[in-house]
Amino acid sequence: MEENKMSKFKRHTGKAGVGKINTASLPDIVFMLLFFFMTVTVMREVELKITVRLPDATQGKKLEKKSLASFIYIGKPLPQLQATFGSEPKIQLNDAFKEIDDIQDFIVQERESLNESDQGKMLVSLKIDRETRMQIVTEVKQALRRANALKIMYANMPVDKITHMD
Amino acid sequence: MARREVPDIPGGSLADIAFLLLIFFLVTTTMETDTGLMRKLPPLQDPDQEQSDDQQIHERNILVVKVNKDNMLLVEGEIIQIGELKDIAKEFILNPNDAADLPEKVEKNIPYFGVVRVAKQAVISLQNDYGTTYGVYIAVQNELLAARDEVRNDLAMQTWGIPYDDLSEERMAAVDEYYNAPISEAEPKKIGGE
Repeated sequence: MEENKMSKFKRHTGKAGVGKINTASLPDIVFMLLFFFMTVTVMREVELKITVRLPDATQGKKLEKKSLASFIYIGKPLPQLQATFGSEPKIQLNDAFKEIDDIQDFIVQERESLNESDQGKMLVSLKIDRETRMQIVTEVKQALRRANALKIMYANMPVDKITHMD
Repeated sequence: MARREVPDIPGGSLADIAFLLLIFFLVTTTMETDTGLMRKLPPLQDPDQEQSDDQQIHERNILVVKVNKDNMLLVEGEIIQIGELKDIAKEFILNPNDAADLPEKVEKNIPYFGVVRVAKQAVISLQNDYGTTYGVYIAVQNELLAARDEVRNDLAMQTWGIPYDDLSEERMAAVDEYYNAPISEAEPKKIGGE
């Protein structure tokens, strides 16, 4: 009796062997993953002409809807551009260096590019180098107030609370 | 004549190629999460009625934080280090002993809490100089926000045992009302040079 059971058991595993896994669909799966990552990846939308080292902060909140945000960059021109533009901090909007007076037009443009229902939720993200002096920042802030773009965000590097303590 | 059969293209390596591409994208992708300190700028004032609001706030209700061009910190007339700022701000917001030089508390009815004594008019005023470094300015803002967030979080934990960030909107609004303490960025003044 006992032997009989054993033979049954043996027959099941021993003889059939492990069947080959059909890998024909593997490329499809991997391609699916690949396309997912390709679409999710955001390519940097503007080419920075300035160096921006964001300040550290622990209390930063995540930017929920990137489509509602406009970006203003302030910092020193890149080393290779300093011969033409000098080494004083400059404002970059989209792809070009701009002046304070251009901010108002920029905000109006950005606001018009949004849906009407979203215009009130517009947010301006200020990406400013940590070594910048406040003068230019204050002037930008005043320009934003004139343009009535009051929701702002001081972009920062997220820092762990524990490492920040030291 | 028999037609020559097209040989099967071996598909075995296709998976390898796709994996290679996948890994390339995985490595190069920086899931860029934008974070920042959310702030609201005050609307532009009419020049005529300038400062009419500010003067009505009693001195004890304002915590004046000044940062000068050498990035030194002056809080209520005393030079301090940035590490001390958070505790000072927390004490200002809480005013646990009803001290006479800290914000005045008035009774107010707040949903979930009932009638409580809150410092309704407490304001933190941050003033900077044109020569202040932006990084220091943000560090100061961060400390002030941290103080307020911690106070609110403590209240949320005490009341419901839930962190502030996980509260429902109504509860969050109630906590915000309890410890309001808006951080105001003063009208720019040109004091020092660069």
